[in-house]
Amino acid sequence: MEATTVAKTGTEGQAWGGGEEQPLKASYGKLMMWFFITSDALTFSGFLAAYGFSRFKFIEEWPIADEVFNHFPFLHGVDAPMYYVALMTFILIFSSVTMVLAVDAGHQMKKDKVVTYMALTILGGIIFLGSQAWEWKNFIHGEYGAVETRSGKIIQFVDANGDRIALDEFATASPKDRTQHLAKNGIWFSSESSLNLLALEDVKRGFEANKTLRVRTMQITEEGEKEILTREESLLKLNTSGVGVIEGANLSQNEYGAPLFGGFFFFITGFHGFHVLSGVLILIIVFFNVLVGTYEKRGSYEMVEKVGLYWHFVDLVWVFVFTFFYLV
Amino acid sequence: MAHDTTHGVHAGAKKRIWQVFIILSILTIVEVVLGIIKPDFLVHNDLVSLSFLNWIFIVLTIVKAYYIVWAFMHMEHESGSLRRVVVWTGVFLISYLIAILLIEGSYIQEIYSDGYITWDF
Repeated sequence: MEATTVAKTGTEGQAWGGGEEQPLKASYGKLMMWFFITSDALTFSGFLAAYGFSRFKFIEEWPIADEVFNHFPFLHGVDAPMYYVALMTFILIFSSVTMVLAVDAGHQMKKDKVVTYMALTILGGIIFLGSQAWEWKNFIHGEYGAVETRSGKIIQFVDANGDRIALDEFATASPKDRTQHLAKNGIWFSSESSLNLLALEDVKRGFEANKTLRVRTMQITEEGEKEILTREESLLKLNTSGVGVIEGANLSQNEYGAPLFGGFFFFITGFHGFHVLSGVLILIIVFFNVLVGTYEKRGSYEMVEKVGLYWHFVDLVWVFVFTFFYLV
Repeated sequence: MAHDTTHGVHAGAKKRIWQVFIILSILTIVEVVLGIIKPDFLVHNDLVSLSFLNWIFIVLTIVKAYYIVWAFMHMEHESGSLRRVVVWTGVFLISYLIAILLIEGSYIQEIYSDGYITWDF
């Protein structure tokens, strides 16, 4: 037997199956997986570098991640910055551990152990995907709401202590009977976004009635916190430059700050999530192959090793996404 | 079997896996704790236009990446040539890309903030 992970590939006599001489001393399959991983790593670094570019371009008004991702399941209204993301990171690292244990069991041809560890890995992947969906849901729904200004910036509202306050805590929706314009009733391709319950007028009225409220801008001060205006400046800002109410985030509006942040968040975590999803699907396929004994017959569990490489790569990317989206 | 399956070596492989898991967990905990407390002296002291805190995050991330690639992806058992092909390509291209884009980003930011046009009206 050869001194690599593959005992017999069944391609003896073909270009890559020939004897002991393997390019870079790795089997064809593993080498190709490394090719893919390198190119995919460059793709992800392209995205993250673009994120860095946009962040440096708007360095003084980028959203503060602690304020965006501060939810934890079943703890409503509790400020828990990053706890949940940290938990997600652990889930993914742990699924990486069970994966490498599965690979290790594969080396020793212990089918039952491979089955157990792969099942745990798949479970971890599914939990991670669910968590990501939940993060997206929170981000899209938003929490406090904000007012968009004429220049496309946003302003948020704080109480006397400087703590964020949600729009519906001080503004009440006035009765109105306006129907939303739907594409089916109008000219081709023209439609409008969903109507906010609160109108700008309601926010202005509520703000004037509550004397302690102040406006917080996107600008980051020397202290690394968002600038809070005085009451007079606040009134002026809201009344002269407010153009509409924003609740939550999408690709064109973002109550947390620069809309670009939302774009990158959806794109990068979405692309990573898509990798996790593909990983889970491939793991499931390989899992069933293990169950029916395909690799046992083949005499090698190299397929588990290859999907393992992919899975660890997904973990690797997450480590970077975690740092650059949530920490730095 | 390809990898050595003698008992001693195998026990070593398992031990290594758990060891790396513990290292990765500790690094993550350190990152999260620092991210939550944000000690003042780390936030307000810079080294090459990046705060100490961010340097710590980036260095710890690279250390984590090293352990994932070397231990979990078995890079330490691959041949030197394969290791260099993968790692050097990544490191050089990514450092170049990041350097050029971040420099360009701060240049544009300067234009925005020092220019004669107001961007917030």
